[in-house]
Amino acid sequence: MTTPNTKIVTSKAPAKEVIKDASMLKQKEMMAAHYDRLTAAPQTGAKVAATFVPGNLNELVMCFDLVNNLPEVNAIQSGLRRVSGSYVLEAEKIGHSEDVCTYVKSDIGMMAKGNIAPNGKKFPNPDVLLLSYTGCFTFMKWFELLREQYKCETIMLHTPYMGDGKITKGMIDYMVKQLREEVIPTLERVSGVKFDIDRLRENLKRSSRAEDDLVRVLQSAKAKPSPIDAYFGGIYYIGPIFGAFRGTQDAIDYYRFLREEVEERLANGQGPVTPDGDMGKEKYRLVVEGPPNYTNFRQFWKMFYDEGAVIVASSYTKVGGVYDFGFRHDPSKPLETLAEYCLGVYTNRSLPMRIDMLVNYINEYEADGLLINSIKSCNSFSAGQLLMMREVEKRTGKPAAFVESDLVDPRYFSAANIKNRLESYFQMIDQKRSGAHAAA
Amino acid sequence: MATSLNPSTTADIVARANALFEDLSFSAARAWKDAEPGRKVVGYMPIYVPRELIHAAGMLPLGVVGGGDQLEVIHGDAYYQSYICRIPRSTIELGVSGRLDFVDGMLFPSICDVIRNLSGMWKLMFPKVYSRYFDVPQNYRDEIGGNFYVNELAELRHDLGELRGKPITDEELHSSIALYNENRRLIRELYAFRAERPWQAPATEVYLMVRAGLLLPVEEHSAMLRDYLAATRADERPMRDNCRVVLTGMFCEQPPLNLIKSLELSGCYVVDDDLLLVTRWLTGEVATEGDPLRNLASAFLHHSESTAAKYEPNQKEKGQHLVRAVKRTAAEGVIFAAPSFCDPALLERPMLQHVLKEAGIPFIAFKYAENSGQMQPIREQAGTFADSIKLWSGA
Repeated sequence: MTTPNTKIVTSKAPAKEVIKDASMLKQKEMMAAHYDRLTAAPQTGAKVAATFVPGNLNELVMCFDLVNNLPEVNAIQSGLRRVSGSYVLEAEKIGHSEDVCTYVKSDIGMMAKGNIAPNGKKFPNPDVLLLSYTGCFTFMKWFELLREQYKCETIMLHTPYMGDGKITKGMIDYMVKQLREEVIPTLERVSGVKFDIDRLRENLKRSSRAEDDLVRVLQSAKAKPSPIDAYFGGIYYIGPIFGAFRGTQDAIDYYRFLREEVEERLANGQGPVTPDGDMGKEKYRLVVEGPPNYTNFRQFWKMFYDEGAVIVASSYTKVGGVYDFGFRHDPSKPLETLAEYCLGVYTNRSLPMRIDMLVNYINEYEADGLLINSIKSCNSFSAGQLLMMREVEKRTGKPAAFVESDLVDPRYFSAANIKNRLESYFQMIDQKRSGAHAAA
Repeated sequence: MATSLNPSTTADIVARANALFEDLSFSAARAWKDAEPGRKVVGYMPIYVPRELIHAAGMLPLGVVGGGDQLEVIHGDAYYQSYICRIPRSTIELGVSGRLDFVDGMLFPSICDVIRNLSGMWKLMFPKVYSRYFDVPQNYRDEIGGNFYVNELAELRHDLGELRGKPITDEELHSSIALYNENRRLIRELYAFRAERPWQAPATEVYLMVRAGLLLPVEEHSAMLRDYLAATRADERPMRDNCRVVLTGMFCEQPPLNLIKSLELSGCYVVDDDLLLVTRWLTGEVATEGDPLRNLASAFLHHSESTAAKYEPNQKEKGQHLVRAVKRTAAEGVIFAAPSFCDPALLERPMLQHVLKEAGIPFIAFKYAENSGQMQPIREQAGTFADSIKLWSGA
């Protein structure tokens, strides 16, 4: 299959051509269709469920013909379109603290300013808030805040934290019971659709197939050179499966298409595609911990590919599900598998588990080191990262570096500071390599 | 059971509590541990752990709520970015500096992501210490959240039994529950007394009395509370022309004692607060017969404090605990005081403020850190608030 790169011109940067893979264009079409379906809900009569990326139960949501709306993804879209800054300010103006999560403030500010979706049409009010409380304290308050505005049904699904690094029977029983006795009956009532467990099994089967291909794509980065960037590029790759497409035929098609595209790059010995075209020679292989900054996403990415740095694995691309250690949605135990999925997402894992994952990535992907992008307003990720950095350095002998930014608040992106730190970091890797060569 | 420490004056009792508060080496807890071979101490952080289980294992539950404004944080800052609250870094400092080297276990309750992640840090930094993230249900149905919580309690009970080398019996648990029932009853009595006569029980004194409960064996603490109540009831102290306020948002990182003092000096009697909620988290008596874990679970689900770390399933009920506190204590306003970067308190605040606005209850808000030193702005803000209440509340 030939998947030529396509040049498109964005409205934000008229003079600059942005290079995108065919898979990126395909995904863009999928996302546009989803937003159209969402914003057309008042006309079509479709009911809307808002929920979160970690602990996203799309297979279940689809059993009730509900359209999935993810406020985090909306905040990311606002960040990428450079409108989140004004939303954050609007939220702070109406009483939200400067100290709290900027996804929340972007969402609330967007509501205050008309709740306009990326397609320029108004978001519909949700019919139900599915509070999948997984790996992030803020989620609970976020949906309490939204409930205050929308005055709609809110379902709490509490995922216990893997503090001791294991999933116990008590945790699974608790979650299955919540699904069976709270989540499903409420979704039936809100949607007017009776729950059909066989429909759920079919959705789960489709999830599993797409997950296989996603893992193949992510693990392609073990090759040298890596055909993908598993952080900046990875964010595109996870879009459909972390969002509204897991469990759909569209997701199967997309991930098959993506896998073939990546396998072709792999066979040709090509590196990743960047917004400026094919990346030059791969000089540094990094593992990244933490979410990216979205307000200056391309600028941030450019700091890496200009230096020949490729991200071969990242923790952020596991925030909506960790699949690369074997977990797949299992249709033979539909509710239990949803519970296991929620329990296993990256931010629901204990700090020692997170460190183990990062160490594993550095070793398995033969990375030169770890970079942490610490996010000012995300305590779930950020609290403890300095210790994680030390532990990973200690256990791998590879250098680590630390930069700071924010998710969607442009006030906390300091390009000069980040660039300086990255340049020093790359020098450190060079020195370490030359030291190793000299020793050899 | 100790009924009285030693009948003494209010000043003596407060001085004893203050000495405990200022002692960053936890000498009292160390002395308790050293008094008999084999004794163990289990630390816990805010917001709530069932201390009955620790007590039933014959151990001392020790509240660890940061380092306050007297601890110089040298190592702790190296573990946290500037945009993370103070309490984890000063707690790390307490650990790294050896001040907690006598502690055999640490519990990190479900309150926020920072304390949650600290549980993992503790495992890595102090691998020889038993440490556990203590989860609580956000579902309040007995057969769902209750079952989960009973499991959590059973695991903790098992672990503590292992730690002491002998399982915890039901009888031991019943007996501990009874002691903590009594302690909570005394705390409620203290709070009720303060609401009635705040000039007789200044907020700083009440805070010190309650804080002592995090450091002393429960039997000793209950005796101290009894002594304080008796002594302060007998005192005659002048009543000031202060307004009456409820203080909220201070349930985790502690304010400097000076901050509480400043509020009173600026014209506010604190008639209720959410400081150190572990001491009164369960709002009713826990049954002392039957399955003790089921009893603790039932109390948690149906008779426990409302706070930002808990999900409120009923929108109509959101924030009503604060309105009820205002009514119950005849307060005239609410002060929102939240630690900087505190997700629970700061995310919750707008919702509570909307509820107060609807109920016509005036409020102000500010932030602090456990090591805040400059009280003048807070004093001015609180003073203006008190003046405005006195001048305009009847208008």
